Amino acid sequence: MAELSREQESHRMGMHTEQLAGRTQQIFFAPEEAENFASPDAFDVDFNKRSEFDVTEMTQQQVNLKIRELMSQGYGTIVARNPGAKHSLGVGILNRLQLYFEGSLGYFGCGLIDGPNVRISGRVGWSCAENMLSGTVVIEKNAGSTFGAAIRGGDLVCKGDVGARTGIDMKGGTIIVGGRTGAFSGFMMQRGRMVVLGDAGTHLGDSMYDGTIYVGGKIAGLGVDAVEGEMTDLEVQWLERKLAVYGLEAPSGARNMTKIVSGKQLWNYDNLEPAEKKLVL
Amino acid sequence: MSDQKQGDIDRFLKTDGLDSEREKEIGQHIGYRYDVNLVPDYARLTPFLERYMEFMGWDDLNWLEDVHMGYEEGQPAVFDRNINGWVSVPEGMELPGNQQDRDMIARELLIKFQMSERHPLIQLNKAYRKF
Repeated sequence: MAELSREQESHRMGMHTEQLAGRTQQIFFAPEEAENFASPDAFDVDFNKRSEFDVTEMTQQQVNLKIRELMSQGYGTIVARNPGAKHSLGVGILNRLQLYFEGSLGYFGCGLIDGPNVRISGRVGWSCAENMLSGTVVIEKNAGSTFGAAIRGGDLVCKGDVGARTGIDMKGGTIIVGGRTGAFSGFMMQRGRMVVLGDAGTHLGDSMYDGTIYVGGKIAGLGVDAVEGEMTDLEVQWLERKLAVYGLEAPSGARNMTKIVSGKQLWNYDNLEPAEKKLVL
Repeated sequence: MSDQKQGDIDRFLKTDGLDSEREKEIGQHIGYRYDVNLVPDYARLTPFLERYMEFMGWDDLNWLEDVHMGYEEGQPAVFDRNINGWVSVPEGMELPGNQQDRDMIARELLIKFQMSERHPLIQLNKAYRKF
């Protein structure tokens, strides 16, 4: 029996007709859809309605419930004083809101948020804004490791330095670091943008699948499959605009930042998948 | 995918999009079928999107910077992360001839859909919300 080539074999296996990209759910947009800017379940808040409270004697759960209660009463601007580096504050807010923390947050602050604008006057611990979906989080001082882990959307800004593995597994959104970032930043990045105005540690963008990293300072070393890319005029405009929103500026100008993208060498899947091995070998 | 052939925005509608040997072998395109790294051109903002930004208190498109118009099963479509699926643009709807303007329309359509009562997440929320 004549040997089949791998391509003939793949046809015989039905790989050319099998839909690997996932199926559409057959949902269509309705062009006449009403102009709503908020979900039907969202609290109707007014940015001009302001409330303040002190966190010192409260547990983290009480703080988060207090924020929720205030939103349900229509408060659109909330100030939480003396957060005292408590963990998991300001998490799971799925609403438009102006939220201010006067002090520092502990681990996992502002995780899983979808919509609010959060300002933190102090520092934040590990995994700030992990899995953030939309909104803005601005930290005036430094941040710990895994800053913006698995972020999916929105702007996450630290004006100081951040630890290692910034934006690990990020799937969208923009992370801006005003100072330096640690090793393995952008590890397994899938999409989105990371802007580092200072220096970047070793293994930058290791195993990144897609997305873009812009660095204004020195890069200690690139990770596996991270390569330099070419900056476009549109990106320069975007960078200048985005940094200006947060009162930041690239040290040598946006055009002179180093752009890092995926080399896509890990995209080729040279080895056979288990199902293929079963049939071919 | 920013360095792929971007000359024709309908490339994946007109061709099979198979470039590498591996893609030809398996008969499937590997990776996204649109430029996920394309940053928005703010000169093309629509009035609707400007109103949305103002409502949310944002100075730019925020999470919508990651929304693009792609294709699914031969039709222009937008990926909705909240349902982990594609939402198609109705047949007959005229689309502009450049990706930046298409992306702006994609953003409008997605917001209107996500904020409507017919969005699956709203139904799920009603059925399963615990608090």
